[in-house]
Amino acid sequence: MNRRDYLLRKIFFSLVTLAIVVVLNFVLFRVLPGDPVRAVIGRNVRISADTQQALREQFGLDRPVFPDQFLTALGQWSRGNLGVSWSLRKPVGEVLVAKLGNTLLLIGLGQVLSIILGVALGLLAGWKRKTAVDVGALTFSLIAWAIPTFWLGIILLAAGSTWLGLPTGGIVSPSNVGKPLYTVLPDVAHHLILPTLTLTILYMGEYMLIMRSSIMEVLGEDYILTAKAKGMSHWQVLRRHALKNAMLPIVTLIAINLGFTVSGAIYVETVFSYDGLGKMFQTALVKQDYPLLQGAFLLLAVSVILANMLADILYTYLDPRVKAA
Amino acid sequence: MTSLPLLRVRNLSSEFVTTDGTVARALDDVSFDVHPGQTVGLVGESGCGKTTTLLSIMRLLPVSARITSGQVLFNGTDLLGLSEADMRRCRWKELAIVFQGAMNALNPVMTVGEQIREAILLHDLMDSSHATRRVDELLDMVGIAASRRDQYPHQYSGGMRQRAMIAMALACQPSLLFADEPTTALDVMVQAQILELLQKIQKLLGLAVVLVTHDLGVVAEVCDAVVVMYGGKVAENGPVDEVYNHPRHPYTQRLLEAFPDLNRPAGSLATIPGTPPRLNALPPGCRFAPRCHKAFDRCHIEAPVETGLGRGHTAACHLLEKTEAAK
Ligand SMILES: Nc1ncnc2c1ncn2[C@@H]1O[C@H](COP(=O)(O)OP(=O)(O)OP(=O)(O)O)[C@@H](O)[C@H]1O
Ligand code: SF4
Ligand SMILES: [Mg+2]
Repeated sequence: MNRRDYLLRKIFFSLVTLAIVVVLNFVLFRVLPGDPVRAVIGRNVRISADTQQALREQFGLDRPVFPDQFLTALGQWSRGNLGVSWSLRKPVGEVLVAKLGNTLLLIGLGQVLSIILGVALGLLAGWKRKTAVDVGALTFSLIAWAIPTFWLGIILLAAGSTWLGLPTGGIVSPSNVGKPLYTVLPDVAHHLILPTLTLTILYMGEYMLIMRSSIMEVLGEDYILTAKAKGMSHWQVLRRHALKNAMLPIVTLIAINLGFTVSGAIYVETVFSYDGLGKMFQTALVKQDYPLLQGAFLLLAVSVILANMLADILYTYLDPRVKAA
Repeated sequence: MTSLPLLRVRNLSSEFVTTDGTVARALDDVSFDVHPGQTVGLVGESGCGKTTTLLSIMRLLPVSARITSGQVLFNGTDLLGLSEADMRRCRWKELAIVFQGAMNALNPVMTVGEQIREAILLHDLMDSSHATRRVDELLDMVGIAASRRDQYPHQYSGGMRQRAMIAMALACQPSLLFADEPTTALDVMVQAQILELLQKIQKLLGLAVVLVTHDLGVVAEVCDAVVVMYGGKVAENGPVDEVYNHPRHPYTQRLLEAFPDLNRPAGSLATIPGTPPRLNALPPGCRFAPRCHKAFDRCHIEAPVETGLGRGHTAACHLLEKTEAAK
């Protein structure tokens, strides 16, 4: 099978998955308890039954769930209309887009740093197997991997703000809002230090562990011995023959982690009051803001599907064997 | 042999440190010669140290192993005394190796052509465009169409991969080629083709070859000399005609008694009752004594030394020491 067929097949299955997710997302929020009309007008306001009925008709809630409501929802979603948030009283799409940028900035930074550091540390540990370097790196990574996000975040928050005077939360100091970019950017960077550090430590352990075992496995392969027999130095063997093979599992891991960007951000954003998707998600959950949750779920699912597709595509460039599978 | 040996292995000993801390003496006092253009067969049952011998010579032992003593004289230079950088330059340019079970000896994510080209460029033999042409020539020499140069190993059959390995081994025109069981894991037809190819190339290029095999028939057919190993030691060594017609070591005698045996599938050694010695718990005296039908008291106490038997024939057995001393 050639690359085009392979990719077409992957895209087809991604679309199928997406369709299933859309249906589930619809069904899930229909079976949850709660009356949308009551939620919109608030609990304590008294409104006549007639008015309530009028509202139901206006929102199409009097019609059967299937197919009428489903088709309406489908039509709206496909046009990017995800409904209106009950708690924020703004279109869900608008809210998501606004928060997504902040989250991508934070998670992106954390991911890039943890990938670079984790892969480098894993390589070093696997290369210097059973030495003090390896044991040290392994211990650090296992701890980093096992630490609860919330706990690490709070410790770093306390330590960083007390001793280093770093901001305790938010993205930008209230006094700097609306100031020119050269004032805002350093302030944002300042705010990003602690949450980024938290994320970096958390993700790094996993990358390091995978990279270490992957490089150790690869270094034991026959083709590595062939490369050495050809007269290559350790460094040449590592760079030309070991690295690409050892990076394959990392690509998968990166894709998986990217897919879980939003859910991964919930804890960190909550601890550092960082105004991103994660924090929004948490708020929406507490306030039972179904439209917002529904939109967030959809975004979450789409990002997982997209990330997996991306990994599949990348794989065809990294591993020529994939196409044959 | 009138020529000076190309490779002279003298009293080479290597050991593995196993995970439980015990030391396995995988090679003990191994000596043999390889002359230019000669094919030497290296035979012995599984675990007797054939691969370890080749890896020791190329200084490619895993980190858990080390060479404890001996000399590896290549054109008169002791390879064990070279710096790591000089040894790297020597590998592939002078000594190339085709590994046992070459299924995984090629990198799965690099094209076959690139893996061959890389060896040429590494040793600075020619510029990039000439190297590509040379790859095509090499592939042609082993019977692979140049159009398959840019394919990946998984697109090759087992036999083709082994051919590609041979082409790769020839890339830098080495004077000595090690072939470690180059045909195991291939089906019988392909085995014959690969051996034929090796022979053809050996004649064409005047290459010296050390061929590790379990097949005594192959040794008789393609080798000039044979080294019989047992438990990390050389049991018997000499020209094929000599050794096959007058085997002097009881182990070789046992192996050859069953040869030629039409009932035994080609490619496997005759089985001799008993098990090979455990290298971390060696018997005192002769390593073969527990299984030797001719063993006597002295064999269990004292290790035999290599005895010259004339015409380049040597063997390590107490029985021979006696007869030689009596002469
Ligand atoms: N990595 C290792 N760690 C410990 N011992 C080893 C290791 N590799 C080989 N040995 C030991 O060294 C001895 C010689 O092994 P070697 O691979 O050289 O045998 P061989 O003659 O090539 O066998 P085969 O015909 O199966 O390839 C064996 O007894 C084996 O137990
Ligand atoms: S030395 Fe003794 S045990 Fe060893 S091969 Fe000779 S006769 Fe057999
Ligand atoms: Mg072997």
